[in-house]
Amino acid sequence: MNITNSLRDPAVIRALGAQLKNLSLSRKITLMEVCGTHTMALHRGGIPSLLPDTVRLLSGPGCPVCVTPASYIDRAQEIGKNYGVTLTSFGDMLRVPGNTKSLSESRSEGINVETVYSPLAALDMARKHPAIEVVFLAVGFETTVPPIAMTVMNARDQGIDNFSILTAHKLIMPALELLVNDSDVRVDGFILPGHVSLILGSEPYRPIAEKYSRACVITGFETADIIQGIIMLAQQIEISQPSVEIQYCRAVKKDGNPQARGVIDTVFEPADSEWRGFGTIPLSGLNLREEFADFDASKKFPVEVNAETVQTGCRCGDVLRGRIEPAECALFGRNCTPEHPVGPCMVSSEGTCAAHYKYSRTR
Amino acid sequence: MTDGNIVGTGERIQLLHGSGGLMMQRLIREIFFPAFGADNDAGFDDAAEITLHDGPLAFSTDSFVVKPLFFPGGDIGSLAVSGTVNDILMKGAKPYCLSLALIIEEGFPLAELKTIVKSLADTAKIADVRIVTGDTKVVGRGEIDGLVINTSGIGEILPNASISGVNARPGDVLLVSGEVGNHGIAVMAERNGLKLKGNIASDAAPLNASVIPMLERFGESVHVLRDPTRGGVAATINEIAEASKVTVLLDESSLPVGREVEAVSELLGFDPLYLPCEGRFLAFVDGGKAESILRFLREDAGCPDATQIGTVTETSNGEVLMTTVSGGQRIIDMPAGELLPRIC
Repeated sequence: MNITNSLRDPAVIRALGAQLKNLSLSRKITLMEVCGTHTMALHRGGIPSLLPDTVRLLSGPGCPVCVTPASYIDRAQEIGKNYGVTLTSFGDMLRVPGNTKSLSESRSEGINVETVYSPLAALDMARKHPAIEVVFLAVGFETTVPPIAMTVMNARDQGIDNFSILTAHKLIMPALELLVNDSDVRVDGFILPGHVSLILGSEPYRPIAEKYSRACVITGFETADIIQGIIMLAQQIEISQPSVEIQYCRAVKKDGNPQARGVIDTVFEPADSEWRGFGTIPLSGLNLREEFADFDASKKFPVEVNAETVQTGCRCGDVLRGRIEPAECALFGRNCTPEHPVGPCMVSSEGTCAAHYKYSRTR
Repeated sequence: MTDGNIVGTGERIQLLHGSGGLMMQRLIREIFFPAFGADNDAGFDDAAEITLHDGPLAFSTDSFVVKPLFFPGGDIGSLAVSGTVNDILMKGAKPYCLSLALIIEEGFPLAELKTIVKSLADTAKIADVRIVTGDTKVVGRGEIDGLVINTSGIGEILPNASISGVNARPGDVLLVSGEVGNHGIAVMAERNGLKLKGNIASDAAPLNASVIPMLERFGESVHVLRDPTRGGVAATINEIAEASKVTVLLDESSLPVGREVEAVSELLGFDPLYLPCEGRFLAFVDGGKAESILRFLREDAGCPDATQIGTVTETSNGEVLMTTVSGGQRIIDMPAGELLPRIC
């Protein structure tokens, strides 16, 4: 039996579930799962219903679609409209509202938008149709950047000049640092993202534990992983010895994946970046380096976009910062549902509001 | 018979095959009639003549746009017969006859059409149902994507069956006739070009052989029947919970999901509960009879993997909950938005 199989052994999961339910703590604690994949996985596993009264779980900013600002969607639409390019995107982005409409709505009005499963598929499209300009919407945290960087390198090496990317990549560390410095957000420990840590390793998180005294556990995505991660965090907090532990040790190494970081570094450089709900965070995004400027859609297809965000009453920003839970937003489940989403947290398959609505709302 | 006999001018469907002239006659006479056992002369009448006994009938229609047309375990032909046959069965009726309409794109390979027609005929034979009337249209290249099929059908409702989506009630037990999600995964894997080595094949099949004997024996105890097609088990149970105004509680650890389906679902990001089946049924049955019905399905009705997956707990506005493996509980929601286009 391999590790993943034992993590799926119903007896193991049931025992861990019972352990979580009976967890006895000397005080109330608040934990945050940073990553959207964790948000979905833990709701799917029914974990919120197992938490003892002493453990509160908040969702963090690690859903790439959710933190992408409305102005990015607007820019993509303007490029599509003014230059007649074909926009290619992961499916999740299509329904995310911009300031006036979503890409899905613009598509019905005639802008070319195609869903792809990988950046390489977008590059393939450009190769097969040299007369069409293909723009890939490059969204995501450290996990999704290496394949996109490889795709840009391929495009350059193969001389494919009708391909470019519109970047809205985000880095997780600057957001975490902002959160631990936010006096409105009282988090005792972080369930740290497994996939991102495959690339980063555990070292970058050390200041969170050592300087800011927050418990940290890099956690896998099985129900059993997450329960174990929560229990490990509770133990760190209980003995007041915050550190960075790796629960997801079958995949994450201490120094992460240096080759993947090298690929990122070859193609991209850190840059200030706007986050929905956070505003602009210094050096929290990635832009293409000068030598890859030919593949930068924002330079290739300049457009004017209003930087202001239209107020809709949506509180995704507060949800992403862990300031409120979805049900505290006046729109949640009333004006804002997966069918008619107002904010991105209700759209994305990793969105906090979508997870709460789909798995845990009370009717 | 060679292709040359049928068309005289090539091996692809031409607009002339739908024009009502000689070429259309030959297409029908040489491909459709032999397959469906139709009379060469009376077959050209404008309508079929059928005689049924007294009593209520079930009448259903379904259109098929699956992409790709051929997938592991079936094709659009087997799907088009199973789909309508199963819809009739889910009303507690014995399917009697079907109509068949094909809309074909100009240039469609004749060899593929023949394979699909054979599959339609073979599946109809298994389902013990006759295809009694039909229609063929050919449209220009690019006006549709290959082939679209519509089937409609009539069946006679069994005397002891009173089945409807509004009939689930507290105390009922929910049974599923076999593993779920296979059809969805087979089609999506084929469409995405995944070369699967394992045994994933669509479950598309007519359900007569299990449903009819079950109803003949336990008709009064079967309250709701539904095949979990688009939206899968999750959407189907939600529809029934809402229509019957009850709460359904599923047990995650009892859901029959094959290992391959689980693995590919993970790879492609699907939840098997939302994947369509085309040869399975869900049955809400009287709690006191559930065990006997389950044993009958497994041992005498060709459903060895049939299993109990949930219960109806109380009256409500209609909600579906699931006890997870960890002992927690969560909602099973209606799917929002388009999950899997052109799956059937």
